[in-house]
Amino acid sequence: MIFLEHYLFLAAIIFTIGVLGIFLNKKNVIIILMSIELILLSVNINLISFSVFLNDISGQIFAMLTLTVAAAEAAIGLAILVVFYRNLGSIEVNKINKLKG
Amino acid sequence: MYLYPITFYIFSLVAVISALMVISARNPVHSVLFLILSFVNASGLFVLLGAEFLAMILVVVYVGAVAVLFLFVVMMLDINFVKLREGFLQYLPFGALLGIVLIIELGILFLSISFSENSLTKFVQSPQINEIENTKLIGQVLYTDFFYLFQISGLILLVAMVGSITLTLRDRGQVKRQNISSQNFVDAKNAIEKKKVKLGEGI
Repeated sequence: MIFLEHYLFLAAIIFTIGVLGIFLNKKNVIIILMSIELILLSVNINLISFSVFLNDISGQIFAMLTLTVAAAEAAIGLAILVVFYRNLGSIEVNKINKLKG
Repeated sequence: MYLYPITFYIFSLVAVISALMVISARNPVHSVLFLILSFVNASGLFVLLGAEFLAMILVVVYVGAVAVLFLFVVMMLDINFVKLREGFLQYLPFGALLGIVLIIELGILFLSISFSENSLTKFVQSPQINEIENTKLIGQVLYTDFFYLFQISGLILLVAMVGSITLTLRDRGQVKRQNISSQNFVDAKNAIEKKKVKLGEGI
């Protein structure tokens, strides 16, 4: 039988993969944004599994809000990325200090 | 019944493997496609949990909007991705160490607390999940108890929309744009000019 802990371990594994992705792809902003999406997905898995196993709907509402924030964050991040590429011709993170505010 | 555990393990295995491929694929287009696969499998898990509405929302919002946005940006920008992968192996030992520490810590945390039924459910005030269907239940609480949160999330989306448009909009000089106020202030007397044209001649 599958319990809450199984879902929590799955979410922990995906969270760790997301953090690992940020560390390994230090130069590629696109992969970093995708890793952040993975982290938010693991948070969603946690929220929804708690919501179902504790029989409380609020967790699903909060998962929906997380989804909203994740979509907004992806849109803003990619817009910044496009502007950055337009100005510098590259998306290397270590050049990002040239934005200077 | 072994069907539920088998389905859980299949969905979670594919989700984890595709998440690993997201961070390790050489081609970013493949990364985005694996991200889509991971999200689809997560939505399968949500269906398994009984949260159908959020599963469908996850497919619509992530696969339909966010992943396509990623794909669009990856394909639009002309980037040398081989150069960006420099240092992947250099950071691998440190990253692996950090990942192992993190997952051991999370595992200890989850094993140390028992999430039994009667320890946490006494705080529940909202209606019971099993009684009515998922979408109806979300609708019942979203527009009543969580109405302000709903409004604020709409505001967040509006701010994100305005922000991303102002960031990426640029004024290229030679493009003609519509100026609505000057169009509205056009006077018919100045805009139309009458000319007498004689027969058999041009202007």
